[in-house]
Order: sequence, then C-alpha cells, then structure tokens
Amino acid sequence: MTGSEGAGLRAERVTREAGGRIVLDGVSIAPPPGATVGLLGPNGSGKSTLLRVMAGVLTPGAGVVTLDGRSLADTGRRTVARRVAVVDQHAVTQVELSVLDVIRLGRIPHRRAWSAPGPEDETAVREALERTGLADRAGQSWHTLSGGERQRVQIARALAQQPRELLLDEPTNHLDIQHQLELLSLVAALPVTAVIALHDLNLASMFCDRVTVMREGRAVAAGTPTEVITEELIAEVYGVRAVVTPDGPDGRPSVRFLPGSTARAPGTG
Amino acid sequence: MTVTETAVDTSRETAPATGARVLRDGLLWGGGVALLLVSVAVAVTIGPARISVPDVWATVASHLGPGEARLSPIRDGIIWNLRMPRTLLAAVCGAGLAVCGTVMQSLLRNPLADPFVLGVSSGASTGAVVVVVLGVGGGTVSISTGAFVGALCSFALVLLLSHTLGGSTDRVVLAGVAAMQLFSALTSFVVMTAADAEQTRGVLFWLLGSLSGVGWTDVWMCSAVLAVTLLICLGHARTLDAFAFGQDAAAALGVHVGRTRIVLLCTTALLTAALVSSAGAIGFVGLVLPHAARALTGSGHRRLLPVTALAGAVFLVWVDTLARTVLDPQEVPVGVFTALIGVPAFVLVLYRTRRST
Repeated sequence: MTGSEGAGLRAERVTREAGGRIVLDGVSIAPPPGATVGLLGPNGSGKSTLLRVMAGVLTPGAGVVTLDGRSLADTGRRTVARRVAVVDQHAVTQVELSVLDVIRLGRIPHRRAWSAPGPEDETAVREALERTGLADRAGQSWHTLSGGERQRVQIARALAQQPRELLLDEPTNHLDIQHQLELLSLVAALPVTAVIALHDLNLASMFCDRVTVMREGRAVAAGTPTEVITEELIAEVYGVRAVVTPDGPDGRPSVRFLPGSTARAPGTG
Repeated sequence: MTVTETAVDTSRETAPATGARVLRDGLLWGGGVALLLVSVAVAVTIGPARISVPDVWATVASHLGPGEARLSPIRDGIIWNLRMPRTLLAAVCGAGLAVCGTVMQSLLRNPLADPFVLGVSSGASTGAVVVVVLGVGGGTVSISTGAFVGALCSFALVLLLSHTLGGSTDRVVLAGVAAMQLFSALTSFVVMTAADAEQTRGVLFWLLGSLSGVGWTDVWMCSAVLAVTLLICLGHARTLDAFAFGQDAAAALGVHVGRTRIVLLCTTALLTAALVSSAGAIGFVGLVLPHAARALTGSGHRRLLPVTALAGAVFLVWVDTLARTVLDPQEVPVGVFTALIGVPAFVLVLYRTRRST
C-alpha cells in the first residue's frame, strides 16, 4: 500500500519439500505493511510451513523470502529476529518460568552475549506487558496460566522483540470462543504487519484486512475477505457446502455451513 | 488514565526489585564462594591423620608463597599430595558435572538429561579403558583422548538413536539409557578380558567413579577444561534461555540452533571426558544439582550457571569426604553416595514439578 518496492516481508514463489512430498509449491505472498493478513486453508495445505519459511526457521527449496528487498538467507538470524516475531499454536515448556521471564525471552535477539538486560530491554518488556494487559500478572508462573493467558503471554513476548512483522500459526486453536475473539482483536489492533494462519473463516472475515487461501501447497486465492470468502471457494477448497451472506461487521462475509459434502471432494482430483 | 497509572506503578516496582535482585545475587555468590572455600579447608582436615584447619592454611601458604613449612614432611605430604588434590578435584568434578547437566537439560529440553544418564560418562569410561587396558594407540594416545573419543561416540549414538526413534525429548533419555547400558557392558567386558585382579577391581572405579589416588595433574587438567567450558557456556547463556520453548522457538529468536547444539554438546562432552578420565563415571551430580540451583536462582542461565557450578562443587566435596571416611579404612566409590543421596533428592524434585508436565 505504501508503493515502495519490496518493503516488508515477502515470499516469492517459495517451494519446500518434506519427506518426498511437496508441501509448498511456488507460493508468493506480500502482506501490505501494517495489514492483518489471514492465511486460510485445510489442514496440510502448507500454512504452517509457509509461516516457518517466512520466519527463516525453514529455508525454502526454491524461491526467496525477502525482508525489505533483501533475501532472508543473506540476513543474519538475529537481525531477522529483531524484525520478525513468531507465535506458535501451542507453546510448551518444562522450565519453571514466570510471565515476566517468558516476555524477557523476546529481548534475546536485541542483547549481546555476556550482557545484562539494559534499560531499553526493561522498557520494551514493560510496554509489552501493558499492551497485552498482563501488568498485574508479571510474577505469575507460566504453568498456572490458562491456554488463553499463555497465548497472550506469547504475544507479549513477541511484542518485546519489537517486530514490524508478526507471524502467528493458528494462535486461537486451543482457546474458547471468548479468548479467540479477545486475542484476534488484540492482534488486529497492533501496529505491526500480522500474518495469521486461521481455521475459522468467520474470524478471518471479521479481523483480517486481507486473506490468502492455500490448498495443497499453493496459494489459490488472495484479496479482501469479501472478494475471497465465497460459497464457490469454500466448496472448491474445503469440499463443503456453505451459505455466505454479507451479515458480518461492516458488511463482511458471514459463513454458515450446511450438512453434506460437495460432489467434488478435495484430494480426489 | 488507568494505563498511565499502571505504567508508573510497574516502574516503581521494578526499580527496587532489581536492587534487591543484585543484593540477593551478591549474597548467593559471595556465600557460595565462601562456603566452597570453607568446605575445602574443612574436608581436608577430615581423615585418619588428625589435621587442623590452621595446618591446612600453613601448608597451602608454604607451597604457594614464602611461608615456612611448619609441619613434618609426612603430614605436609598428606595434606599437599593426598587430601588437597583429591578435595580440589572433587570440587572441580562436582562443578563440571553440574554445569554439563544444566546445559544438556536446557539444550535437549529434558529435566532428566545429564552426562551419566545420557551415557556420555559411560562412553568416556569405555574410551579410557580401551586405552588403559587394551593399550590401543601404543602409548601415543592419552587416557583423556580415549575418553573424549568414547564420549563423542556415545553422544553421537544417543542423538542418532533418539532421532531414529522419533526425536521427541523423552526419546533422548531412553536412547541415553540404552547407550549407558551398552557402554557400561563394554567397559566391564574390556576390563574383565584383561583378567588381572587389580584391574578387575578397577571396573568399579570406571563404572561408579572414585576420587582416590588423584594427583595435581588431574586437578590442573580438569580445572583448565572446566574454566574453558564455563566461559563458553556463559557466553551462550542468552542462547540457552532461548531454548525454553523448543528449538523452533529458539530459531525464531535468532539462535543458530544447529551450530549452538554442536558447540555446546561437544564442549560438554569434552568436559565430561576430562572428568571421567580422572575420576570415573560419577552419576547423579549433573542430574540433581541443576534442579537445586534453579530453585535458588530461577531459570536464567546467566545467573544459573555460576550458582550450579558452586553448588556442584560444594556437594561433591562433602559427598567424597563421606565416601572416604564412612567405612574407614575401606573406601566406598563416591558414585555410590551420589546415587544414594541423588535419587531421593531427584524424586523430590520431580514431585515438586509434577504439575508442569
């Protein structure tokens, strides 16, 4: 939207194989700076792998991921981590950590070896605590938190990285509906470019500025929720029947599923 | 309005909190170092020959500085050539094993990881025994080199096995247990084939660990390796913290996961090999002490690693003192006592952290 060439984090025709199977097949995605982009598609369509490739955790077999026009492969891991933060669907640890300890992990890419945390680290941690409404939970143990609280802490940790790009892999998967809504409105309000893999089409429609739909490792549709989330697309990608009406907030599409599958189920082709 | 109020509150809270933290760290550190010095001095006085703490100071002074030797040569020999190197090596071994355990537990994300459980100590034993008993290398290969090769072999086997078995964190320990059994059996077999009564008794030394008969060379060699390892691990303290939520999370925090693992696992294998070639495979120190130290400092490695090292050093100094005095004049391998104390302590640790699984 800014029009500057190659700004932000982009994937260009990235390919990735795992165990002889093509997981990503030439996917391109260029989230507009500041936008919240939903990544939709059935299980195994390559959403998680795309996010991991964009985070630089996995390297693409072919194609390139660029950060401000520069290939991730040519950018130091720490430099990437200072720009791009990742929140996984289910963070697990056996280490005894407080909420504050977890959020402080986000300062690791900003600190040098041997150094103690400095004042700018403490400021970033405090801002992350406040923005996620966790200021009064700082001392609480990670292991006593509910699923929704844990995800909120992970988002706070990601914010402490002070990223401009935030990648979230099904962050609402293990949450009840109240916490799903809470978490997504928090993410949508953040001043970052967010790419979120999501299962729920209605949530994607409600909170995302743009959505990209994936199927069998390919990006098959991209655009605003109104452009993309249609009865035809749902039938084609998910193989289920649905009624889509413009009843969502601001006239966004609202999806109601119908029993039974469409004639053409995915995977038969 | 509420937001600014919270902002002021937290900033007020964190300032004294960091002050208190610095004070607490100072106390922990100073207390730890003092405790270690006193432990070493007192442990040296304990034994069949009656020696006092001032005797110990006088001997140390006469050997390190211009102080006059005031004790008979025999008593001086007992202090300087027998008890002193033994006690110091106990401290170095305790510190080293505890540091190895901490690093392995963090890197492999398993609270059960330690050089003994993962079979690294057993591998080092086998390597050392192959050099000592079978004479492999014809005198050109030192015991420590043999131990290092053995340690690396067993580590590689464990990582390979756990990878083939599915790569999850509990598989690492299962693979380690298998490797430990395999290498212990190999060590016993190699020692038994030599069929010399003296060497057969040595099998206990390699399998259970013992600090009897160590000299200053062992102390210098192990201290040097420990110092280097500690420096490398402290340099990676931040990186080790990043592994709390797994290797992908660490990678997303800017860590070179593969490189870090290789550097740190090889460093800990080297330290384990040095310790095992001097003192045999002492178990449970690396398993239990990191958990005790975490209870004192929390899980941040910059503060955890030095405290773990101090705790391990003090612990093994006293356990070895127990091992050489309790059945006097007979000696019990120190590994017997580390296990007798370590296992209940470990059950306690697991019990306290049971909710977090």
